[in-house]
Parts: sequence; structure tokens; C-alpha cells
Amino acid sequence: MSILFFWTIRITLFFLILALVFALIRLVKGPSAPDRVVALDSLYTSGLMLMLVLGMFYGSRMYFEAALLIAMFGFVGSTAMSKFLLRGEVIE
Amino acid sequence: MTNFIAALPHWSDVLVAIFAISGSILTCIGAWGLVRLPTFFDRLHGPALGTTLGCWCIVVATIIHFSVREGEFVTQAILIAIFIAITTPITIIFLMRATLFRKRLEGRADIPPNLSGIQLATTHNPNDLRSPSAPPSKKP
Repeated sequence: MSILFFWTIRITLFFLILALVFALIRLVKGPSAPDRVVALDSLYTSGLMLMLVLGMFYGSRMYFEAALLIAMFGFVGSTAMSKFLLRGEVIE
Repeated sequence: MTNFIAALPHWSDVLVAIFAISGSILTCIGAWGLVRLPTFFDRLHGPALGTTLGCWCIVVATIIHFSVREGEFVTQAILIAIFIAITTPITIIFLMRATLFRKRLEGRADIPPNLSGIQLATTHNPNDLRSPSAPPSKKP
């Protein structure tokens, strides 16, 4: 592993974890429920990118499948929560 | 790493560094906007920076790295970027409409004006006492 690649992965992980922390701040602080849903949306996207970068670091393609699963379930979760905020129930 | 190939060409490392670091910085700026912007409708714009350009940059870096490493064109990761690009606007628009509906129902004044000229059914229902613009009922 070259030095450039090693430090690339480190800096990338640092900024992505910083993004996770910012989303977490909004998740804890958010004054209303939709703020928290937006924070969760941002949180799963940052986690997905973290998974891709970790896949590059460990050299395994299995992380792609995990990232795709995070994308799918995150979308379903966010949509279900917006539906709940709109109507008060998810399936009517 | 035992399974890590030691010698990748230098240009691929440089390309991966450019794309990955710029993608992560864009994601971080978007998340900082999520913390910093004042109202909810402003805060919706922040994470879009990360889910569009940031996600695409990191996916391009991943594709370059794995393609050089394994000697073939690895296009698995582009599925993730396409999926995110399709699903995130749906979520954001849905959430924005839900919030607008809730705030109009609460009669809040700090919502964006109605630009379409079509009044919602909830704002004209005189039986709904919570609606903001319900006409005042005449006393007999």
C-alpha cells in the first residue's frame, strides 16, 4: 500500500466521520421531527460512502453489497417516516 | 493486508486521492450546512451536496481503484450512485410536502408562499378550525 493511498483513505475517513458527527448533532438537536428525518437521511448516505471507502481500504468487493443494502433500507425507512409524518400511519 | 496488491500505478493513486478527498470534503460541507442553516426548508438543501456530487466522486474513485487493481472494468459501484441519485429526491420532496402540509395545518406563518395559485383543500374548509385562512363564521 503506497503512502499516498494510505493517507487518502485516512483523510477521506476523517471528513466522512466529521459529516456523520454533524448529522448526529442535528439528529439530537433538531427542533422538529422532519429535521430528525433529514438528519437520518444524511446519516445513512454518509455511512454508505464510509462503507465504499472501507471497501477500497480492505480491498474487498463485499462492501459494495453492504452499501447497496444500506441505500435500499435507508430509502425505505426515510419514505416510511415521511409518510408517517404526512398521514399519521404508514400503510392505510 | 495479506491480500493487498502492493504496486498500483502512481496515476491511479493520484486520481483516487483527488476524487475521494473532494467527495468526502463535499459531503462534510453538506453536513455542516445541515447543522448551520436556520430554517427547515434551508436545511433540506445542505445534504443534497453530499448525495449528488460527493457520492458520485467517491463512486468514481472506487471504480478507478478496483478497475486498476483487478485489471478489469468494475462497474458494480455505479449501481449505488444511480440508486442514490434516483431515491434521494423522492425522499426529500416527500418530506418537504409533509412538512409544508403540517405547517399549513398548524397555521404557521414561517412557510414559503403558495406559488401555484391552487389553494389546498385544507385551507378552505370552514369546518376545520385549525386551518389558517378559514373564513370567519358569521354569527346568527
